[in-house]
Parts: sequence; C-alpha cells; structure tokens
Amino acid sequence: MSSAVNGNRALQELEQQVQTLLHRDRRNLTMVRLREKGIFVGLIGCGLFSLLITVAIVFVLASETVTFFQFPEVTLSNFFLSTDWTPLLGDTKSFGIWALISGTFLVTAIAMLFALPLGLVTAVYLSEYAPRRVRNTLKPVLEILAGIPTVVYGFFALMTITPFLQWCYSGFNVYNTMSAGIAVGILCFPTVCSLAEDALQAVPTRLRDGAFGLGGTRFDATVRVIIPAALSGIISAFLLAIARAIGETMIVALAAGSRAQVTLNPGEEAQTMTGYMVQIAGGDVSNFGIEYYSMYAVAFTLFAITLSLTIVGNHIRRKYRETYD
Amino acid sequence: MSNAVNPAPKATSPPLRAKPTPKLPSHVSEMKTEENNTGVACNAIEMQDLCSWYGNFQALKSISLNVQKNKVTAFIGPSGCGKSTLLRWVNRMNDTIHTARATGSLHMGTLDVLANTTDVVDLRRNVGIVFQKPNPFPKSIFENVAFGPRLHMKLRRSELIDIVEWSLRKAAVWDEVKDRLHAPALGLSGGQQQRLCIARTIAVGPEILLMDEPCSALDPGSTLAIEELMNELRKQYTIVIVTHNMQQASRCSDETAFFFEGELVEMNKTQSIFTNPNNKRTEDYISGRFG
Repeated sequence: MSSAVNGNRALQELEQQVQTLLHRDRRNLTMVRLREKGIFVGLIGCGLFSLLITVAIVFVLASETVTFFQFPEVTLSNFFLSTDWTPLLGDTKSFGIWALISGTFLVTAIAMLFALPLGLVTAVYLSEYAPRRVRNTLKPVLEILAGIPTVVYGFFALMTITPFLQWCYSGFNVYNTMSAGIAVGILCFPTVCSLAEDALQAVPTRLRDGAFGLGGTRFDATVRVIIPAALSGIISAFLLAIARAIGETMIVALAAGSRAQVTLNPGEEAQTMTGYMVQIAGGDVSNFGIEYYSMYAVAFTLFAITLSLTIVGNHIRRKYRETYD
Repeated sequence: MSNAVNPAPKATSPPLRAKPTPKLPSHVSEMKTEENNTGVACNAIEMQDLCSWYGNFQALKSISLNVQKNKVTAFIGPSGCGKSTLLRWVNRMNDTIHTARATGSLHMGTLDVLANTTDVVDLRRNVGIVFQKPNPFPKSIFENVAFGPRLHMKLRRSELIDIVEWSLRKAAVWDEVKDRLHAPALGLSGGQQQRLCIARTIAVGPEILLMDEPCSALDPGSTLAIEELMNELRKQYTIVIVTHNMQQASRCSDETAFFFEGELVEMNKTQSIFTNPNNKRTEDYISGRFG
C-alpha cells in the first residue's frame, strides 16, 4: 500500500520529506562511544578467558609433573633415558617414557601412512577432477565420517579390522598397533581430505588457466602448479592430522593394548601415552600415589610434543605461504 | 648431440607442427605467406557461423570472420558483447567452463578447432593466451618461463636456459630480470609480470597469440611497453587482442572487429573502422557515445 502511495507522490514532496528526515536528531555519540567501549571490553574478556584456560591447564600439568619428579623412586634420567615403563609393578617400578612415546609414534606413523596419501589424492580428485555433482555428494559423506564418535572407530578396529588382519596373517595379536593405526588413519582421513581440498580450491583459477593455456594437461596443472601453490595449506592439513592422531585416545585404548613396550612390530600390542592416561584415570590405581602423578608427567610430555608440532607447523606454513592479491 | 634430444616433441605432435597450408579465401588470389606484408590477406583463423552458449544464454550469434596471419586483430565492444568468449574458443579455453558450448566452424588451416577429436594440449601449444590479470605461477621467474617448454619436450639445462633467455628477450623484459632470474615472479611489478606471462607463452613456440585485455590491469607506462612489444611480436606471430581501450585498438591493430550483444557488427581495416565506420552502432561506440 505504501509503495503505491510513494509511486504517486510528486518528487518535490518526496524531496521535502527526505530533507526533514535528514535533519532529524542524530544518535547520541556519547552512548555510541560507550557501547563501542563495552563491546571492546567484552571481546577482550573473551580473548583473555581462552588465554586463562590455556594457562591454567599448562599450570596444573606443570605443577603436578613437578610433584611427580619429587618422588624418590623417580629420576629424570630414568624418565628420559629408560625404555621400560612399568609403573604398576610393585618393587621394580620404572618410568621410561620412551616406551609410551614409541607406542604413540608407531600408531601415528601407521595412521598417517594411510591418511595422508589417501587424503591428499582424494582431495585432488574432488577439487580438480570430480564433476560438480560427485563432489557435492562425496563431501557430505566425508563429513559424516568425521562425525562418527571415536569410540565407534575403536570398536570397529577391535571387532572388524583386527579379525581381518588375523585372517590375513595369524601373527597379529588381539591387541595390535596396526589395527589401531588403521582406525586412527580412517579417523584422520576426512580431516586431511577436507582441509587439503579447501587449500586446493583456494588456488586462484587464473593459475589453473595459466597452466592449461600453456598446453598443460589436468595432471600437469595439478602436480606442477596447484599442489605447489597450495602447499602451505596442505602441510597445515597434514600437521593437524598428525596432532589429532597423536592425541587420539579411545581407539588406541580399545584396540592397541595396554602393555607399554618399545617395538616396531605392528602386530604386537603397545601402549600409547593417551592409552596409559585412560588406564590410570579409569581407576586402576589409588589417587595421589606415584602412578597418579605419572599420568601428569605423561600428559605434559604429550603436550610438549603437540606444542612443538604446532610451532614447527606454523613456521613451515609461513615459509611456504603464497599471497595472492 | 642435440639432434638426439630434440626429435621427440616433433614426433609427438605431428598434426599442427606440420603447418598445413592455410586454405585461401576465395577473394584472394594465390599468395604465399612471405608476401603477406604487401597487404594481401592470408588467414590464420577462419570462423563460420560460430555460435556459443553458457547454459541457456547465447553469448555469440553466428560469428563469421577471418583473422589474418601475422597481423594484429583487435576485438572491441562493450562489456558482455562476447569478444572474450570468442577469443577463448580459439584455443578452447572455454573447455574449463563446463556450461560453455559452441556450434559452427572454427578452423586453423585444416585443423577443426571445435572438433571433439582435436587435441587441446597441442592446440594450446600453438595458440598461446595472455590473460587480463597477470598470472605468473608462484615460482621463480626462470621457472615460470621454463614451465611450458618442460611440459612439452625433453631439454637439457643449457637448452632450457637458451629458451628462457630468448623468450624473456622477445618479451622485452630480459634487461629488467636478468640479474634475478631465480627471484619469485610475484615480486615483479604488474607490467613486468604481464611481460613475463607473454614470455612464458611464447616459450612453447606458438604461432598465434591471444591477448584477453592484457593491459586493463596495468598503468599507462606498462601499457605502452606491452603495446610496443606487440608491435615487435606481430612480425613473427598472429596476434588477436581483446581490448576495452579504443585508443589501444587504433594504435596497435591492423584489423578491428566490433562486437555488440554477441554479434559481429563490423570488421575492417582498423583505419577504416576508426575513420569511416559503415555501421551506426560502430560509429557511436568508437566516438564514445555508448559502451
């Protein structure tokens, strides 16, 4: 109705109307400034809150770790140099962290052996080769895969992957790092794929056109231009996946076993750092004993590893980053 | 020794490398390419009834025109008139747009460019393209120019260096970059980047250069440099340039085609188009009355 009225109105009348509107009182600038200040303080508060939580976690980890090292049974040299992790053996307790680190790294290495190549190749397919319809179907499927709770992967590893491995080769233990590693790999695969695909998609079309225009095939363009141009994003995707694999808990707690030992045999069981923490936190031992505090020392070690991974990652990303205006 | 290395590319791409004798249009008496500069036409590209669609939108309506060998042909017209679309059919760059399709004929000599069987890799090697926005790869200057030759043939390092230097000299950018060949190409100025892209294009040995508004992202000084370069390159290449800049078309082209809403309105010698256009719409456009 109002539009009909406006449509019939003479331009002069409209002009007058708008001129009066434009001379209305403006909003109160004091209030505006106050509001801006309020929003600013609120945002700083949110930022500080996340910082505070991080600091609190690190502080708790560090202080409990210090407590752990004050036990007479624990020495730094034992912790960092020994390969025996036997915190639950009454008289011959030994806290050699390498036993747990090796378990973690074996599982992570197996997982990345699957997830990184598969994730990158799938990302290249989705980004550069797949028809739009295929991509629009596959991406949501990948996201569903990423949304499955990890405990389900753990059961899948124990109940499906392990029997399959044993059917292939009878030397596999019921608990083994191969099975856990494959499951962690499947878990990380959507992460790698999705992030790498984003990185490839972010490469400007004009670079693709440049490669095609010089007589490059799709493969030439992908391998020689697009992947190098997206390298920083791809490396970020890889590092995020590695960090996730290192920190993954439920799968390894269920499928990798609970015997801490240094081994490179993927058919044997091995305990990871996270697996040990689940075991202790799950209540196998009494609170506030040496075993309890050992959990914090392991957690701190894990934190140090993932932190250094993040720092290295940021450094690499900065080094390979290309900026396009 | 070099003979042992070189034959491979020749063997892999016989259809275009063999340079089929161009079909001469009926109104031209038999002429050889060398006599081209006497003003008699010899066609590098022939189009007949070329229509093109993006989905349901018809971008080109029955275009018939010929592009003469070793001349600079300018496509002018207001935005959205189809001139870039037409240019991008010549080396099938439109293949990358999945809704784009074309009917009609587009021939280069005996090669049917639009045929499904045409090898686009070989086609694009013979028909280079320079884009509106300089698009060097995020690699070094040297690697940018070496990219194309490396794709198409096996070369020893020294041969590659020769090609890179030759291309950069041809593109009039050698003097500015010769001391920093291994510096990132993205560190060059816009005009230098565009000349690098031209060097990169001619490094694979094309016969035709397509330029899609090559100066629209550049400052006047760089534009002048590119125009002088085109003037040099016309001796060796057939150049088709799409431009919004009518001064540019009048300065550096031999032939001009004016497009409007997907149709070819008029095509003639550049001088005739700009001094004595046949069509009213052409006259309005070049005199700045619209577009």
